[in-house]
Amino acid sequence: MAQVNAIILRAAGINCDLETQYALELAGAAVKRVHINQMVDRPAMFGEYQILVIPGGFSYGDDVAAGRILANQIIHHLAGAIRKFIDAGKVVLGICNGFQALVKAGVLPGFDGGLEPVPQQQVTITYNDSGKFEDRWVYLDSGTDRCIFITPGRRIYLPIAHGEGKVVCKNESVLEKLKNEGHIAFRYVDKNGNCGGFPVNPNGSQDSIAGLTDKTGRVLGLMPHPERFIRHTQHPHWTRLNYECSDGRMIFENAVKYVQKNL
Amino acid sequence: MKTWRFEVFNRRGFADVAGAGVMEDINALGICTVQAVQSAKVIIIQADFDRDFANRLAAELLTDPVTEEYYIGRSGAPAGLAKATLIEVHLKSGVTDPVAESITAAIADMGRKVENVRTARKYVILGELSNSHIDIISKKILANDCIEDVITGLDAEPPGPHVKPYQLNLRYIPIRELNDEQLVEISRSMDLFLNLPEMHAIQQHYRTVGREPSDIELETLAQTWSEHCVHKTLKSSVDMDFDGRSVKFDNLLKQTVFAATKELAKPWCISVFEDNAGVIEFDDKHAICFKVETHNHPSALDPYGGAATGIGGVMRDPMGTGLGAKPIANTDVFCFAEPDIPMQDLPKGVLHPKRIMKGVVSGVRDYGNRMGIPTVNGAIYFDRRYIANPLVFCGNLGIMPRDKCFKKVSPGDLIMVVGGRTGRDGIHGATFSSGAMTHEHETIFSHAVQIGNAITEKKMLDTILQARDAGLYQAITDCGAGGLSSAIGEMGAETGAEVDLEKTPLKYAGLSYTEIWISEAQERMVIAVKPENLAAITKIFAAEDVQATVVGRFTGDKKLTLRYKGTQVGCLDMDFLHDGVPRYSRRAKWHRLKLTEPQPVEKSDCTEDLIKILGSYNVASKEWVIRQYDHEVQGGSVVKPLVGAANEGPSDAAVIQPIYDSNRGVAISAGMNPLYGDIDPYWMAMAGIDEAIRNIVCVGARPDRVALLDNFCWGDCKKEHIFGSLVRAAQACYDGAKAYSAPFISGKDSLNNNFIGDDGNEIEIPATLLISAVSVVDDVRKCITMDVKAAGNLLFIVGLTRNELGGSHYYKIHNQLGANVPQVDPAVAPQIAARLYAAIDKGLVRSCHDCSEGGLAVALAEMAFAGGLGIEADLRGMPRSADCLRNEALLFGESNSRYIVEIEPDKFNDFAKTMLNLPFGRIGRVTGDSKLIIKDALGKPLIDAQLDELKKAWQKPLAF
Repeated sequence: MAQVNAIILRAAGINCDLETQYALELAGAAVKRVHINQMVDRPAMFGEYQILVIPGGFSYGDDVAAGRILANQIIHHLAGAIRKFIDAGKVVLGICNGFQALVKAGVLPGFDGGLEPVPQQQVTITYNDSGKFEDRWVYLDSGTDRCIFITPGRRIYLPIAHGEGKVVCKNESVLEKLKNEGHIAFRYVDKNGNCGGFPVNPNGSQDSIAGLTDKTGRVLGLMPHPERFIRHTQHPHWTRLNYECSDGRMIFENAVKYVQKNL
Repeated sequence: MKTWRFEVFNRRGFADVAGAGVMEDINALGICTVQAVQSAKVIIIQADFDRDFANRLAAELLTDPVTEEYYIGRSGAPAGLAKATLIEVHLKSGVTDPVAESITAAIADMGRKVENVRTARKYVILGELSNSHIDIISKKILANDCIEDVITGLDAEPPGPHVKPYQLNLRYIPIRELNDEQLVEISRSMDLFLNLPEMHAIQQHYRTVGREPSDIELETLAQTWSEHCVHKTLKSSVDMDFDGRSVKFDNLLKQTVFAATKELAKPWCISVFEDNAGVIEFDDKHAICFKVETHNHPSALDPYGGAATGIGGVMRDPMGTGLGAKPIANTDVFCFAEPDIPMQDLPKGVLHPKRIMKGVVSGVRDYGNRMGIPTVNGAIYFDRRYIANPLVFCGNLGIMPRDKCFKKVSPGDLIMVVGGRTGRDGIHGATFSSGAMTHEHETIFSHAVQIGNAITEKKMLDTILQARDAGLYQAITDCGAGGLSSAIGEMGAETGAEVDLEKTPLKYAGLSYTEIWISEAQERMVIAVKPENLAAITKIFAAEDVQATVVGRFTGDKKLTLRYKGTQVGCLDMDFLHDGVPRYSRRAKWHRLKLTEPQPVEKSDCTEDLIKILGSYNVASKEWVIRQYDHEVQGGSVVKPLVGAANEGPSDAAVIQPIYDSNRGVAISAGMNPLYGDIDPYWMAMAGIDEAIRNIVCVGARPDRVALLDNFCWGDCKKEHIFGSLVRAAQACYDGAKAYSAPFISGKDSLNNNFIGDDGNEIEIPATLLISAVSVVDDVRKCITMDVKAAGNLLFIVGLTRNELGGSHYYKIHNQLGANVPQVDPAVAPQIAARLYAAIDKGLVRSCHDCSEGGLAVALAEMAFAGGLGIEADLRGMPRSADCLRNEALLFGESNSRYIVEIEPDKFNDFAKTMLNLPFGRIGRVTGDSKLIIKDALGKPLIDAQLDELKKAWQKPLAF
């Protein structure tokens, strides 16, 4: 089987790159963490990889708005490379801050398959309704069956840790479009699969949106951190469970499997 | 050059979270005339671009296209009937503005250059407001005048940037001919905080060398000899009146805390009390290091900035230990006054404790989270006496390769400053406590406190670890108190150093050579680099936009030579600098207090008492705080701060797994109980050690690998009785460390935590000793947590309960202190810890919880509601001392060395064998219903409560 190569973007304030690397390696990928300055210098390097991950953290301190400065860098220096990457059938994952950056760079939801210019952006991620950073565990149900990272029908349990995770649309019709065209990758639910208010929906996201995918289903962005639940002992009450679990692995394993099968 | 002003508002229909928060705070102040608050971000940019680009900039970078809209220029009051007050909050010139730095870089990404960027916050307050209300709102809610300026109305302009260059003005301070009074006056007027014997030593030295000192030399001596840097008080010789008996110490610290470590001589201790943090073995390849610091005075003045730079500073301790460790966990312990104190009860010049608490928590949150270091353990303690002197303990744990634990500077190595630029921040950090910071300085700079920039520190960390692994530097230390003067002075102590101060990169022009040298600007480290490695290391830093500059070199002359643009401005002998400080002898007094126990009241029902203790601030859930910290980043968490069926139970200690492919773990915990110190600081210290180790054992970490840290926070130690109580606690540190065979590996003290009000009244903090513990876990899969797991399991109490309600929370809710403070049996306590660990290691224990504040009743309640299962218990089987007869003492007494454990019925025999000959007894079982029932020895219920009711009482007080 051909080797699957993943590239993880590093930038000032990105801080989940090491655990994301480990999660991808467990899933079978060969991983390189690369600073954005190097990517900007040599965008051709994307050709060597099939998976691009923008991990969590506080790129540039969340200054102006979470993900905004990194998105600005992507727009002005990496837009072409990322466009080419997606058009080549490859896969892109943005976790937490990475999700924020993908949305603010216009990669997600990617209605028209292009990088949306900022002023035309129709979806954004903004401050939690609670007005503060929250670290807590949430249940997620998949909202689409056409995203390659997702095992449809499987409910997963993952931690969130963010202050700006509320997904909002410019208007109702944008939200309808997200729903109708299968862009909603994950929704926050309770243990039994029901949507609800805080803390089931920890940030007040419209329609309980926790993650979005693009038109191709090969780009996923989500607020929860799958890389933080790849070992049983990371479950918040693993000492009570009589079964082993590590729900976050699914996302990385599906990505690697997809690449192995299709690229 | 044109100045562009942008205002960014929330679009109608999208919540203005910041505005709503201010509205809430205004209402909380009792000002009811405000109808709404609208907030806006203000960005002021000096640049040469035109309106087209300004519009582009606003639309593409500064504004969220969905939730926000912008206005270029200065918007007026919104139309409408309500009166509108406009208030803008600007950072004082010179205060770090991280957002402005990011915007500057982002505009560069868009292909344009700017001269200057500043940011501010604007509030539009709708409703009738008097001038005095505007003043109150500005001061108490919107701004902190240490670092921010408030501008009201439409006309005023914000402070401009500071650009005036500095002209060399070399100053010598004649001291050789001065008398005592004049020497003291020099020290006072220069804010040196050097006392007369120290000024004498300096005078003598300069008489010998035959010249006068320059200002920078005096400043260097003051920094190096400061309490903060050399611990004069704790290292002094002590003559103590101990209940009429004379007790003498030649060097207090050496003969107590250090002595225990030295005598224990643990082979797994790698470096203790030498480096910036204590270093111990983790596994064959890695070492861990641990340090806890305080940042009390800065946090009292600017809670947010003080706490943020506290956590930012302590992270640099592991980063500056050996050749640099990677920070893997933060701990935070805070002491505040109760958050419900009425405004009118506050002493003048003191911030409200709730504002301090919110600010401190946000500061730690924003810095710790941005650095990507999980905050995994902590505590908050409330006592009225912390009203003017809140305590902020910040700790950091780091990991490093075993072969990177030591550093060595050699003559010829280059001195390189890495990280942030230098500004006028934190100059004379020591003056915080003196009230001098309210002086009307001529300059518009804030000298007092500083907002850190976590991202600068994160970038520095990322690159330093790469340089370390490539072996490109010989030594590293952090720039903390004293700035470059301390860092370079210390690193070059054995060699000598010469520095060209003008080479230091500055945030803005105008700093004098002395300001550059003693600035405590954040996010800087100093490294020693061999000239042949300079090119390679420079490349690493440059690749990730990290500032790194050679400012001098280490020499072989044992002198500290300082130059500014080629002119020598100072030259000191390293020997005099480091060994010239006079040693002190101090008097101390400790007389046992004459306290009595309150008259017992016979009670048939104690449920109300339990609910009250659960709802008291010290015991109540800290979930509101904990969830604001990322406690899972780095992916290593094993036992989180919140555990149990609903992830809400209070964990005893945190466990993390720092190496992904190894099941070995690290546990960290804390122990502290200032109330006991009101009776006897000796037993307070012993209880702190016992509690920290109990917490370690409760999660299944090894009691035979515990290393301890001490943090003494005391009042004015020039007072004999205050210093006496510190000596008493230090004695216990020796005894406790020896008893548990747990060495101290690092520590820190913060003295003079007292406050003199404008009415002349003095408030001393209670004697506060924080004990932090770190240990290893052989296999994290064997860890356990405190929540009960299954109905039908048996519950045991391990350890003896004595008649020890003194200093308990039970007495506290009844406004009593008592006399019988909990003691520790140094022979039995370590045995209990060792055997209980053995039982956990064998897999015999399903859950284990430390029995501490609130005693047995609180421990059982917490275990039950954390597990979502009921408990039925009785006091019959409880091992007790002969004089422990009262139900209150059994239920709420806080005797040390006690644990509650949950055992499956078929494991009972093995458990009993493991614990043979130690005090333990069955007290009950886990039930399937949702009640906590505790009966007395005769079977009569003393406590009968629904878990929901208990949990609610426990969760409510601090759920802000």
